Amino acid sequence: MAESKSSIFKKFLSYIKNIFSKNKKEEYRSLEYASQSQLIWYRFKKHKLASLGLTVLAILYVTSIFAGFVAPYAHTERIDDYKYAPPTEIHVISEENGLRTPFVYSYSKELDTETFQYEYVIDKTKEYSLKLFVKSEPYKLLGFIPMEHKLFGTGDKDAPVFLFGTDNLSRDIFSRILFGGRVSLFVGFGGVFLSFIIGSLLGGISGYFGGVIDEIIMRAVELLMSIPKIPLWIAFSAAVPRDWTAVQTYLAITMILALVGWTGLARVVRGKLMSLKNEQFAMAARAAGASDFRIITKHLLPAFISYLVVHLTLAIPGMILGETTLSFLGLGIQPPAVSWGTLLQDAQDLTVLADYPWHLIPTVFVIVTVLMFNFIGDGLRDAADPYSSK
Amino acid sequence: MQQDTLVEIDNLKQYFAIEKGIFNRKVGEIKAVNGVNLKIKRRETLGLVGESGCGKSTLGRAVLRLQEPTAGDVYFNQENEKVSVLELNKKEMRKVRANMQMIFQDPFSSLNERMTVMDNIIEPLVVNKIGDKASRKKRAGDLLEEVGLRREYLSRYPHSFSGGQRQRVGIARALSIKPQFIVADEPVSALDVSVQAQILNLLKKLQKELDLTFLFISHDLGVIRYVSDRIAVMYMGNIVEIGEREELLRNPHHPYTEALLSAVPRAGQSRNRIVLEGSTPDPINLPSGCIFRTRCPYAEEKCAEQKPEWENIKGEHFAACHFKDSLELKGIKNRKRA
Repeated sequence: MAESKSSIFKKFLSYIKNIFSKNKKEEYRSLEYASQSQLIWYRFKKHKLASLGLTVLAILYVTSIFAGFVAPYAHTERIDDYKYAPPTEIHVISEENGLRTPFVYSYSKELDTETFQYEYVIDKTKEYSLKLFVKSEPYKLLGFIPMEHKLFGTGDKDAPVFLFGTDNLSRDIFSRILFGGRVSLFVGFGGVFLSFIIGSLLGGISGYFGGVIDEIIMRAVELLMSIPKIPLWIAFSAAVPRDWTAVQTYLAITMILALVGWTGLARVVRGKLMSLKNEQFAMAARAAGASDFRIITKHLLPAFISYLVVHLTLAIPGMILGETTLSFLGLGIQPPAVSWGTLLQDAQDLTVLADYPWHLIPTVFVIVTVLMFNFIGDGLRDAADPYSSK
Repeated sequence: MQQDTLVEIDNLKQYFAIEKGIFNRKVGEIKAVNGVNLKIKRRETLGLVGESGCGKSTLGRAVLRLQEPTAGDVYFNQENEKVSVLELNKKEMRKVRANMQMIFQDPFSSLNERMTVMDNIIEPLVVNKIGDKASRKKRAGDLLEEVGLRREYLSRYPHSFSGGQRQRVGIARALSIKPQFIVADEPVSALDVSVQAQILNLLKKLQKELDLTFLFISHDLGVIRYVSDRIAVMYMGNIVEIGEREELLRNPHHPYTEALLSAVPRAGQSRNRIVLEGSTPDPINLPSGCIFRTRCPYAEEKCAEQKPEWENIKGEHFAACHFKDSLELKGIKNRKRA
C-alpha cells in the first residue's frame, strides 16, 4: 500500500517535471504519429496559465493530502494561551547578527489596561530558528504511517509558528486550512464523478435515441435548471440528519452537489451525440457494417471525450464553491469536521473581521483553487479545439 | 435481372417528414428522392449530376441503406442472384455491405481522427471479422501503396495528412473488403483542382484493376464528364435525362441538361449561358406535371397538366420531357464558335 502511494507520488512528480520539459525536438518528430490525446497534451503544455494552474493545484492537493505532515498542528488541536494570535512574523534579519536563516520571536499575551483586551507582545530577546523536519509528538500520517517529524517548526513549545494566526478556540488556522482542503478540494471530484455518471447516461440516452425519451429528459433538465441553485442545495441539505457522522455528511453533500449539477453535462453530451451521429465518419462506420454499440463506443464517445474533460474540469470549481457555500451557511460540513466553508463561518462576525482579519485567509485558498481550475479548463479547451492552429 | 446489371434502383423514394409542435405533428414531407429508377451496369461508372440539394447524396446513401428509404427497392446482383437490399435483416445486410462501399465527400470529417490510418482502413475488416491481425495489417499496407501512399504511414494519425492524402486513405478504406460497387459521393469536390485530377485518375486506375462499378455523384459536369461512361441528370429528386456520355453531352434532350451544359466554362469560347429564372421549387410542394416547368424557358400549358413520361431517344438515351423531339437543344460539342 505504502509502495503504491509512493509510486503515485513519483508519477505526480514526473508529471510536473514534464510540464516544463525542454525536450521539444523529440516531440515534433513524433507529431505525425501522435494520437489526438497526445496532441492535446502538447498543446496544453504550451498554455502557460494552464501549466501554472496544474502546478499550483498539484501543490495544494499534495499538501492537503499530507496535511498531517505539513501542518504544524492537528486541525482540532488547541494551543493554550494563544487565542486570536496574529500570524507569526518570520524574520531573516536579526538585530544582532544581520542576515541569517529564518527565525521567529515568541509571543506573550498582555492585558491592555485601557481597552481591557489582550494584546500579543513580541518578545525579541530570543531568536528561535525555523527548522525543516522538526521533531514532534509521534502521530500517524494518513492514519497508518507512524511519524514523529513535521515539515517545519521551531521545535520549541515557547515559540509556536502560526503562519495564518489562530482562531477563537486558539487553533492554528494554517493547519485547519490544510485539513479543510481534504474536504473542500475533494468534494469537487466526488461530485463531478457522480454528476458525470448521471449526466452522460441521461444525456447519452437523450441524444442517441431522441424522440419522446429525449423530450422528457430535456424538460426535466430545464425544470431542474430553472430552480435557483442555492435554495435547492439548502432544501436538500436540510434533509440531511444532524446526527450523521462527518463522513456521512460529506458523502451526502457530494450527492447533493451532483444531483443539482448533472444538468449542464447532460446537455453537452446530448448535443454532441446528436451532431456526431450524423458525421461522415460515423456514416462510414455504418457503411462498414459496424453495430450501434461499436459506433457509439469506438467512434462517437472518443470524439468528444476531450470536451467532456473540459466540461468536468470547469465543473469542479462549481462543486467546490457549492460545498463552501453550504458549509458557510452552516448546512454543510458540521464542526468539528473542517472545510474551507466552515472556516469562513468564523469570519461571518464583523468584530472578528475587524480585529482579526486573518480569518479571511481561507477565501484566498478558495479563490486560488477556483481560478486555477478555470485556467486548466481554459487550457484544455484551447488544446482540445481541433480548429485551433496545430 | 440482366447478367451485366449490378445494381438496380426501382422507384426509390426518400421522404423526410417535417414535424412541428410539441406533439411532433407531421406537417409535410421533403421529397428528397422522388421515384428514381436506375440500372447500373457491371464495371461502368454512372455519373449522377445535378445542382446542390437535388437529392444526389440522399440517393447515394439510400442505395447503401445508410438511411432507410421511404419506398421503392434496391436490387443487388450477388453472384448472379438478385438480392433486394432493403429487405435484408442485419446479418444478411452485413454480407451485402461487404460488396457495397462508399467514398465520402469531406476527407476531413470522414476519417476517425482518434484512430490511426491503419485502424481506419481495416475497420470494415474488423467489423466483418475478416482475417487476423497480421493479414489485416498487410492488407492495409498493400492498400496504402495501391492508392499511392507510403506503407509507413499506417501508424500515423489522419491529422498529419493533407486533404488529398486523406481522400486516398478514405478510398483505401472503401476498398479494404473488396467491394464490387462503390458509391462515390462528391469524392473530389472538397479538393484542389490539381489534386482532383490525381484522385480521379486513381479512381479510374482502380476501376480498371479491380473491376469496380461506380455510382459517381458530383455537381461538377467537368468531373462527371471525365470519369463517367453514362451520365444521369437529376433535378429535384427525379432523374430527368440519362444517356451515354458523349451522346448526352452532344445531344441533350431535356432543357435542364442544356442549361447545365451551358454553365460549363470553356476556354476560347464565349458562353451563351442559359440562366434559369427563379430558384428551385419548394421540395415540400413540388409543382404539378413536369417538375422543371417553373424554370423551364420552353414550358407550355401541357407541362403543368401532364407529367412527362420516360421516353427512349436513341440507344440508351432516355429523357423525360414533352417536347424532347421538337426542341433544338444545344449540347457541348455543336456550339458555334464565337
